Amino acid sequence: MAGHDDEEAGVAAGSASAVTINVAGTRGPSFGAPLVEYVLRLGDDRLVLGHRLSEWTGHGPILEEDIALSNMALDLVGQANMFLGLAGELEGKGRDADALAFFREGVQYRNALIVELPRGDFGFTMARQFLFDVYSVLLLDALASCAHEQLAAIAAKSLKECKYHLRHSSEWVVRLGDGTEESHARVQQSLNELWRYTGELFAHDEIDAAVAALGVTVDAGALQSRWDNMVQDVLQRATLSVPTDVVMTMGGRRGRHTEHLGHMLAVMQSVARAHPGATW
Amino acid sequence: MEQPTTVTADESALVAAFEARIAAGESIEPKDWMPERYRRQLIRMMSQHAHSEIVGMLPEGNWITRAPSLRRKMSLIAKVQDEAGHGLYIYCGTETLGVDRHELVAQLLDGRAKYSSIFNYPTLSWADMGVIGWFVDGAAIVNQTILAKASYGPYARAMVRICKEENFHKRQGYEICATLANGTPAQREMLQEAVNRFWWPSLMMFGPSDTDSPNSAELLKWRVKRKTNDELRQRFINLTVPQAAAIGVTLPDPDLRFNAETNNWEFGEIDWAEFFQVIGGNGPCNKERIAARQKAHDDGAWVREAATAHAGKQRRDVQAA
Amino acid sequence: MATDATAANGIDTDGQWGLWEVFTQAGKGAPHEHAGSVHATDAEHAMQNARDVYARRGEAVSLWVVPAEAIIASAPSDAGPFFDPGNDKAYRHPQFYKVPRGVRVF
Repeated sequence: MAGHDDEEAGVAAGSASAVTINVAGTRGPSFGAPLVEYVLRLGDDRLVLGHRLSEWTGHGPILEEDIALSNMALDLVGQANMFLGLAGELEGKGRDADALAFFREGVQYRNALIVELPRGDFGFTMARQFLFDVYSVLLLDALASCAHEQLAAIAAKSLKECKYHLRHSSEWVVRLGDGTEESHARVQQSLNELWRYTGELFAHDEIDAAVAALGVTVDAGALQSRWDNMVQDVLQRATLSVPTDVVMTMGGRRGRHTEHLGHMLAVMQSVARAHPGATW
Repeated sequence: MEQPTTVTADESALVAAFEARIAAGESIEPKDWMPERYRRQLIRMMSQHAHSEIVGMLPEGNWITRAPSLRRKMSLIAKVQDEAGHGLYIYCGTETLGVDRHELVAQLLDGRAKYSSIFNYPTLSWADMGVIGWFVDGAAIVNQTILAKASYGPYARAMVRICKEENFHKRQGYEICATLANGTPAQREMLQEAVNRFWWPSLMMFGPSDTDSPNSAELLKWRVKRKTNDELRQRFINLTVPQAAAIGVTLPDPDLRFNAETNNWEFGEIDWAEFFQVIGGNGPCNKERIAARQKAHDDGAWVREAATAHAGKQRRDVQAA
Repeated sequence: MATDATAANGIDTDGQWGLWEVFTQAGKGAPHEHAGSVHATDAEHAMQNARDVYARRGEAVSLWVVPAEAIIASAPSDAGPFFDPGNDKAYRHPQFYKVPRGVRVF
C-alpha cells in the first residue's frame, strides 16, 4: 500500500472518522518527537491486542487453549509496558506507561486498526493473531538491530515471545482451515473481514521516514513482501484463499480509529479514571 | 481402570491391607487396589476441587479488562490463568481414576457436580480482586497445604505443585488490599465494603461444621482429608485476624474475640441457611457462572472438532504415503 | 492398549482429544521428570500445550510429550517379584565394602 494513500483511505475507512478528524488530524504538541510517536505505535498495538486476548481468559474453547491465550495476552501487555515506558521516557514529560495507557483518549492511541476489532469467535481471534504475528516477528527482527539501544533491546526480548505466538497461531490457522467444513468457512470469513486492515501495517509515512533518519530503519517494502510470502505459505497449508481486490482501510496510526476502540478503552480505563491520582 | 485379575483374598482382606497401607502413611497410586468407595469419594472431591478452580476464573476474570494499572492487569491475568492450570492439573489427577475430563465437565454443566460456594458471589468493585486473593486464596492455601499430604498420590502431587504456584496469589491479593488501605478515602471505603461482603462467605468455604458434614468421617479415615472443616476454618481465622488489623480493616463480626486459653479467635454464628441456599443453586450468581461455562463449552465445540478432524486427515495422509 | 505409534493418535473414541503425558527437565543435565498431562490432537499440538501449561514459569529447559497409552507401567501385582529381590543385595551398594582406616580418597 503506497504511503500517500492513507490519508484518503483513513477518511473513507470508518464512519467515525468524519467526526474525529478535527480532533486528531494534527498531532498534538505532546507527540512532537517522531521517535515517541513511533514507539507509541509499537506499544499501543501490543496493549490493545493483549487486552483483546485477555478477554478470552476464562472463556477459551478448551482449558489448554485458555491458558495459551492468556500467555499471549501476558506477553503482549508486558511488551506494551516496556514500549510505553520507553515512549514516556523519550517524551520526557513525566508520563509513565500507566499514564499513557489509562489517561489517553482513543484519538491519541496509535495502534493499527486490526488489533482493536472485537475478538469475534476463536477463528477470528486466531486469524488476526496470525496476521499480526507474522508482521510482528518481521518488524521486531528488524528493530532488534536498530541504532536505538533501548528500543533494540525491547524488540529483541519481544521477538522471542512473538516467534512462539506465530508458531501457535499458524498451527491453529492450519487446523481450522483444514479442519471441518464449518471451521474452514468460519476462518475464511474471518480472513475476508480482516484483510482490509492489513495494508495499514505496511504503510510508510513521515514518522517512519523521520525515525529512519535516526537509524531506526525498517524497509516497509521488504517487510511486506516477506509477510506476503509467509502468510500465503500458511494459508495454502490451511487450504484457505488469500482475499483479493480488497480496498484497504487505515487511520489508526494517526488516531482515526474504528468505533470499537472507544468502547474498549471506556472499560479498560474506567477504574483508573474514576480515581485520578490514586495509587493501585 | 484396570481391576486386579489375581484376587486371591476376599474383599475384606483387601480393604484391611489397603487401610493398613494408609495407616502406615503410604500413598495410593492409580493402579493399586482401592475400595470402590474410596475411588468414588476421590472422584467427587477432586472433581469438585477442579470445578472450583474453573468456575473460580469467572469472578476475577470479570475485572481483567478493568484492572487499573498494567502491573495489576498482568498479575490478574496470570492469577486467573493459574486457576485454569490448577483445574487442569486436578482434572488430570482425576483422570487417573478412570473418568474422562469430558465426563467431568458434563457433570459440572448439567449441575450434577458441585463447586465451591464462594464463586457464586458477584465481584462488584476492584477491591474484590484484593479481598478474593487475601481471603479466598488464603482459605484455599490452608486447605490445600493439608491436601498435599492426602493419601492418593496424583492428588497430593497436584496439590504440591498448586501450593507452590499459589504462593503469589494470596500475596498479590493482600498487596492490593494494603495499597487500597493506604490510598484515598474512596479506596479505603471500597476495601472495607468488599471485606464486609466476602468475610462470611469465605468462612463458609470450609464447608459445614463437621457434625453436619456427611462425608467427613470417611474422608478422614482414608486420609483423603487430614483435618476437619472446623479445624481448618479456625486456622484460617487465626491467620487472618492479625492481617486485617495490620492494614486497619474491620472484620464484620462483633463476636470476634481472642481466647487466651485456647489461643484461638472465637467468632460469631455462620449463616448456614445462606450456605445451603448457595450450594443448592440459589446463590446470587450460580446461574450466570454455569451459563458462562456452558457458553465457552458450546462456542468451543467447533474448534475442538476442527482440531480433531485435522489431526485425522494428517494421519490418513501419513498412512496413505 | 496398543503401543504402536499410529494408535497413539490423540483422539478418543468419543471425540475427546487424546491424553499425553508431559515430562519436564528443570535444568541442563537434570533428568526429565513427570509433570502432568495435557489433551491434544497430535504431537506438535501436545508440545505446545505442554509448553503453555507446564513451562509458563520458566520451570523447564526441555519437554517430552508421550501419548499416555504408549506408556507401559509395571502392575501392582508385580511389585513383589519385580522389586523385592533388589532389596537384599547389599553387595551392590558401596557401604557393603570396608575401606582400611585412614584412607580418605573414597
